[in-house]
Amino acid sequence: MHTIAELIIVFIILLDLALAVTGSLSVCIRLVAAQGVVAGLLPLLASSEGPASRALVFAVVIILLKGAIFPWLLMRARDKSGAHKDVEPLITYPASIMLCLGAFIASSWLGSRLPLPKTEVAWIVPASLATIFTGFMLITTRSKAITQVLGYLVIENGIYIFGLALFVEQPMMVELAILLDVFVAVFVMGIAIFHISREFDHIDTAELSELSDWRRGEYGK
Amino acid sequence: MIYALLLVPFCAGVLAFIIRNDAARRRLLVSAAWLHAALTALCAADLLLGGSLSAALPGWAQGVSVWFAFDPLGMVFLCITSVLFLGASHYAVAYLASEKRDPGEDSDDGFIFNNAPEAVFTGCLLLFLAAMTAVTSSRHMGLLWASVEATTLLSAPLIYFHRTKRSLEATWKYLLICSVGIALALVGNLFLGAAALKNGAGLDIGGLMAGAAALDKPLLKAAFIFLFVGYGTKMGLSPFHTWLPDAHSEAPAVVSALLSGALLNCAFLGILRANAVCAGAGLADFTGGLLVLFGLFSVLTAALFMLGQRDYKRMLAYSSIEHMGILALGAGLGGGAAFGAILGAFSHSLAKAGLFFTSGLVLAAEKTKRIADVKGLRARAPRTAMLWLAGFFIITGTPPSGVFLAKFTILREALLRGHYWTAAAFLVFLAILFAGMARFFISMIYGTREPRPGEKPFAEPAGMLAPAAAFFILVVALGLYLPAWLNSLISSAAAGMGGAL
Repeated sequence: MHTIAELIIVFIILLDLALAVTGSLSVCIRLVAAQGVVAGLLPLLASSEGPASRALVFAVVIILLKGAIFPWLLMRARDKSGAHKDVEPLITYPASIMLCLGAFIASSWLGSRLPLPKTEVAWIVPASLATIFTGFMLITTRSKAITQVLGYLVIENGIYIFGLALFVEQPMMVELAILLDVFVAVFVMGIAIFHISREFDHIDTAELSELSDWRRGEYGK
Repeated sequence: MIYALLLVPFCAGVLAFIIRNDAARRRLLVSAAWLHAALTALCAADLLLGGSLSAALPGWAQGVSVWFAFDPLGMVFLCITSVLFLGASHYAVAYLASEKRDPGEDSDDGFIFNNAPEAVFTGCLLLFLAAMTAVTSSRHMGLLWASVEATTLLSAPLIYFHRTKRSLEATWKYLLICSVGIALALVGNLFLGAAALKNGAGLDIGGLMAGAAALDKPLLKAAFIFLFVGYGTKMGLSPFHTWLPDAHSEAPAVVSALLSGALLNCAFLGILRANAVCAGAGLADFTGGLLVLFGLFSVLTAALFMLGQRDYKRMLAYSSIEHMGILALGAGLGGGAAFGAILGAFSHSLAKAGLFFTSGLVLAAEKTKRIADVKGLRARAPRTAMLWLAGFFIITGTPPSGVFLAKFTILREALLRGHYWTAAAFLVFLAILFAGMARFFISMIYGTREPRPGEKPFAEPAGMLAPAAAFFILVVALGLYLPAWLNSLISSAAAGMGGAL
């Protein structure tokens, strides 16, 4: 079973790299969904004597949410906002992938330094940290509001894998509350994107710059 | 009783979405606020009497739960939230009525904007209260996290009540920065869980506190750093505060008051819970150092940004950052300063909410948020001007008021413990803040005002003046006389928040 889990980890790292170089918004949405789904499969492979029913129910909820509902919501937000097809990065794609690789090297170093309990699946801690870093990169270096939501979801995926690596078993109610929060977050952000596109005729967050303490416009007189 | 406390605002919130009649919905808001306050008072009395009140209830009504329970620390923050919401509900009713009559006109942007539907606003307001109640009563770090994130999501629609570009920008920044920040607190929770793996305490606060000494120290340190950054973002500690001035300045006055007075405290509670666990594990020096450092830095940031302010609601927002810094400083110093921090949380919430309420009146009278465009407020709205001046003296810590007492207690503790540099820096920053704010408040209140063409005289609605005045009176009363029950509640809360002793 661990070979499959390790293959999934490799797949998650490859998805991080793919996210760094993909220019198409709809492909990005699908990549993030794929990452959520394979991460949701991981806990099923953890125990050797077959998954418990609780883990099974939970995995189904996660896969439904991350694999079907989120991509559907985001695609809808993309269509409604009439966003262009490109993610319009603020830095070049080679720079993005270099950042991503750098983050992976840093995470492997960090993963070996952290005094964490021994994990049976190789590379799970570095992969989770690298995924969190990739999410931050998506938020900071992509200009569209939708890509920022995608970055938030990638961070969430990374934290989820990190939780698996640490064996922190949270009670069912708490896990569900967290999932509900993520769901509402994506929902509310989707509505906000719709309003942004209607008010500003674009969803480029680099243009959301009117509020500041030293503003240039009429306040700067 | 705890379940009733959670269900009252939740059910009222859901109902508010359905009710179509404005008047009925407003009555619902106010009655839910009163009911919540009454239940809070009952729970507080029960806590102070050691559970004898709830013991008298029949078994089904006691509602003992592993998830929700009150300790003095959570109770103090619940009391603040409940009192604040009570005032805010009365203010909101008067505010919504006046908005209906005279829908907003924003002279900064020069166009008339629409407001979000009132049902959504009222519903979110009540659900927001339910989420904050859950934060104060959670006994599990995971549930605490989920509730804090819920407060973010439920308050985002409140900030976007005035449908302008600027409020939308503020809402987006608030949503994204706080959600990502809170995600870091989730990583902190995972570290905390890993630290507790060996003794099997899980993330239950009671279990963590009881077995604190056996926790894995390096992991616990990592957990505190992540929780501190995560909840610190939400609390508005500098340098994670960037969302705060935008959201506070663009939201309607009543929402700014709740964000500043109740929400920031809830995030502070998250840090205090982590702090208490760390103190139990003997890491009080480490966490205290971090809290003092970032606390002082927040006060400094507020002082520097205060000097160049052009917008009076942003000015109040920076004053909130200052006070959050003071709370962190007090919590970090520990001992008597912890008492000062809790008292400071109480008085800052009341004073700042009163000031934000008043700022809503100033905005209604002058139709601008620019400090330079408001002159001679005394002539146009004399009672508002009086409250504005009173609020200035209270918030800057002029004696006698609870704010003064809190700042003084923290300063005294810093001197007693020999942190002379900390105390000196604290005093200098406070002096800069006082001078900076004095300049703006005085230029707004005094001076001669040139009437704008076609301007109608401004009638000050009593329903909006009264909550602010009541809060100011309460803060001053806190500085003059601290009832014994409140004193014991604050003392036991201060004892429960850890920190160096």
